[in-house]
Amino acid sequence: MRPSPPLSLPLLAALALLSPSLARAGDLTLWHAYREGGAEQEALRAILARFQERHPETRVTTLAVPFEGYASKLGAAIPAGNGPSLFIDAHERVADYQRRGLVAPAGGALPPEERPGFAPASLDAVSLGGQLYGIPLSRKCLALYLNSELIPQDPPDLEALLDAPLGPGVLPLAHVAGAAYMHAPFLSAFGGAMLGPDGSYGLDSEAGRRSTEYVAGLARRGKIPEEASGSLVNELFSSGKAAGAIGGPWTAGDLKGSVRYRVIPLPPLRGVGPMKPLLTVEAAFLTPQAGEEARELARFLGSEDAAQIRAQVGRTVSARARPSEAERSDPFLLAFARAADGAIPMPTSPLMRLTFEPADRALRKVLRGDAPADVALREAAHRFDDVRRPPPAPAASGPYLLLLGLLTLLGAGYLVREGRQAAAQGELRRSLPAYAYIAQALLAVTVLVIGPLIVGAGTSFFAGRGDTLRFVGLAHYAEILTARGGPLLASGSFYLVLLVTLLWTLANVSLHLLLGLFFGLLLSHPTLRFKALYRVLLIVPWAVPSYVTALAWKGMFHRQFGAINAILMALGAEPVAWFSRFATAFSANLATNVWLGFPFMMVVTLGAITAVPQDVLEAAEVDGATRWQRLRLVTLPLIKPVLLPAVALGAVWTFNMFNVVFLVSGGDPDGTTDILVSEAYRWAFTRDAQVGYAAAYAVLIFLLLFGGTRALNRLTGARV
Amino acid sequence: MKRQGTLLEHALIHVALVLGVAFALYPVLWVLSLALSPQSAAPAPRAIPLPESVSLVNLSSVVLSTSGGTWLFGRQLLNSVVVSLATAAVGCLLALPAAYALSRFEFVGKKNGTALLLATQMFPTVASAIPLYLLLNALHLLDTKTGLVVCYASTSVPFAIFQLRGAFDTIPKDLEEAAMIDGATRLVAFVRVVLPAARPAIAVTFLFAFMSAWNEFILAATILGREEAFTLPVVLSRYVGEHDADWGRFAAGALVVSIPVMALFYLTQKHLVGGLTSGGVKG
Repeated sequence: MRPSPPLSLPLLAALALLSPSLARAGDLTLWHAYREGGAEQEALRAILARFQERHPETRVTTLAVPFEGYASKLGAAIPAGNGPSLFIDAHERVADYQRRGLVAPAGGALPPEERPGFAPASLDAVSLGGQLYGIPLSRKCLALYLNSELIPQDPPDLEALLDAPLGPGVLPLAHVAGAAYMHAPFLSAFGGAMLGPDGSYGLDSEAGRRSTEYVAGLARRGKIPEEASGSLVNELFSSGKAAGAIGGPWTAGDLKGSVRYRVIPLPPLRGVGPMKPLLTVEAAFLTPQAGEEARELARFLGSEDAAQIRAQVGRTVSARARPSEAERSDPFLLAFARAADGAIPMPTSPLMRLTFEPADRALRKVLRGDAPADVALREAAHRFDDVRRPPPAPAASGPYLLLLGLLTLLGAGYLVREGRQAAAQGELRRSLPAYAYIAQALLAVTVLVIGPLIVGAGTSFFAGRGDTLRFVGLAHYAEILTARGGPLLASGSFYLVLLVTLLWTLANVSLHLLLGLFFGLLLSHPTLRFKALYRVLLIVPWAVPSYVTALAWKGMFHRQFGAINAILMALGAEPVAWFSRFATAFSANLATNVWLGFPFMMVVTLGAITAVPQDVLEAAEVDGATRWQRLRLVTLPLIKPVLLPAVALGAVWTFNMFNVVFLVSGGDPDGTTDILVSEAYRWAFTRDAQVGYAAAYAVLIFLLLFGGTRALNRLTGARV
Repeated sequence: MKRQGTLLEHALIHVALVLGVAFALYPVLWVLSLALSPQSAAPAPRAIPLPESVSLVNLSSVVLSTSGGTWLFGRQLLNSVVVSLATAAVGCLLALPAAYALSRFEFVGKKNGTALLLATQMFPTVASAIPLYLLLNALHLLDTKTGLVVCYASTSVPFAIFQLRGAFDTIPKDLEEAAMIDGATRLVAFVRVVLPAARPAIAVTFLFAFMSAWNEFILAATILGREEAFTLPVVLSRYVGEHDADWGRFAAGALVVSIPVMALFYLTQKHLVGGLTSGGVKG
């Protein structure tokens, strides 16, 4: 354990320099994002143990990274030379990784004579331009889980399952209808694909319309659950409340022993065609840092022996041409292998990743009955075309450099003038003692907060990444401020989202303050009993990690199975479809965020109230002031200076607080509850990693907030 | 304590507080029910969060995780405690003098500096992760607790400064001036007179900085490179995979993670109300 860190940064840097370098020759690092406690992680451990038996001279260290931070960690670490030798990931990201220089050609790890051992489709999936970029390990796709007690016979087509006689309260099929990935097999049955061969939007087609209407019809007829999520599908199937479920090999992990089931490849739709799911090939990728030992390990990870272990321990289908013995003896794996043989490999084109977000939104819109399929899908196609629009043309950097130079000169001139003036009046000398107090904080904030922010803001003038990076000047800003050429107040435009964001901030901060003050004041009652207990219980929403509580709130607002509707129904009221209208979805987000945030304001209030002297209050009481007057005229003015910064910063944080919106409503209905910063995150993480565009969003949000607070300060004369 | 509230007044306050506690705990009870369920429950519209069957298997598998003979969870808990306490301590130490200077001194650049400090909170961090990573790399602070603490502490400093400055503003200047007339230097007066009077605000600031480090996982996952070095939120987020998630264990872990926070709050709350019993600050 390191001692707690000393204060000065240079000392820290010196200390860190002394710590021994971690890597040595013969050392290998392998990164993966398998779920903790899952079978795949177990299988990887067993495979690596076998490798170590054979190669005792090589030391393999693994690092399990949270999936949510995996892509960004790879993107940060590998270019800086701190990446692993190899990492495991899905094949569909390979084109993006290759463009960013995160992966190296893996041909050396797989001599030509070994290649026939792999399924050709698997090798194709990890190849770009004839060059092999990874060693295929396993194949994953969707299949149909069947409850063996409810459905003893394999249904010849999906309709046979949908029309099977079932008990009351049992759904024929649990299916996440609002997710494009799950919808893709239905689309394929009608002859469509998510991405057209020419890069067009495949869902905006006759096949897209018919498949969407088909699934919406299932929802209307009560054949599939409403507002389904992956965990709801698991719960329905494992409790016997759904006779079938569409899921991947990962679904089995949640069904342990609870229900007797079997798996078959997705059956055809009667009179329409076969359902073909999307295929993901999981592969071991070599980074540019990989050496001979890494190639050796990659080869072993893809070998027959490893496939055997992966089948037995991890229960995943290998990417090899011939199924291993373990696979042949396991009906579960055989079914998934057959499903994989009939699946369509996910296109590696970066365009593919852009198809999902608009499709999810359109599907949910049709399922809610807010728009006919053709309208919603056309909208999705517009969104897709909009996002894939080529980045702006390179701008001449000359004028900008000139401008930057001028601004720097002006800034320097201002500083010199101010400094001279101050020096002349001796102010600078008088300021010296104050500087001694602020120096450390100034240094830390400048280096670690402001520095990265300025560099981040600088990226807003660039587009592309890796070798396509180029200077585009203010083009991103122009696009955002002109609502990308659309109507200024169209759904999802910068200006409309800004209005929602302002409403969001105002509502949250008022309620935080109101509840925080209310409970803070109650808890500072001098003779109240159990105060300590109340205080600790009221702080619970702040203490429990918000990720899980926000999801608990989302579950509470579920139309069919949520606790809020259960309470409403117990009171004799009609259940509410919370996420189908703006007002109710916004309220659901608001309730969650108010719940998360009021304890903080309560604690700040508690701290502030201690500055109110008891004798002043008592004097006021003696003078005949009512309770309300004492609060308004004595307590509130005295705690205001301590509350004000918390309120101001709370407002700023709420303005940029996208987690709750993301986790609870997810922008539903139709992106109307999104706030400004969600858009920035979408551009950075789901839409082809256009960091420059996201940074421009961030700078605009910053300018808005900065201008807004300055104006507010001037109006109210407040000093924050 | 001469003001005794009426019985009715006390009853009303208790009713309000009990309602508040119910509001605060209800969603957490769902998390608890999830954590105690050995397998996923049948979905049904239920108003009362009761698990169908109770088992501690999620809890024990999270808490008792080991790796190569060492108690991994214990190690990671210790990491989290060390990182969060150090963050809170460093954050407060950086912010206290700066906040004092902003409250008591006039100096060149004060107004612009304050505006800049507030401005740092307005910038969404979406584009600054990679620059921060490269900076830590250059400082050789990657993969160290020190690096993590330095980042967390610096991010918590702006709020800490504002919070403490607000508290210092409410402390009368006569207090330290009296001490300085008695021969104390300004620094001594600050440490001996002002800091004790600002204890409640320091407690709030400490708690806030602690919390900001305690629950963060994206930055920690990015800059830490060894499993033994991970903090608990990173470990928890590992229960969520690309396609599936182990919500039972995630919930169990989340509840375990929140216990030290409540313990810390229980310990700091006597400072939060300290001003009331110690006679407070006479104006």
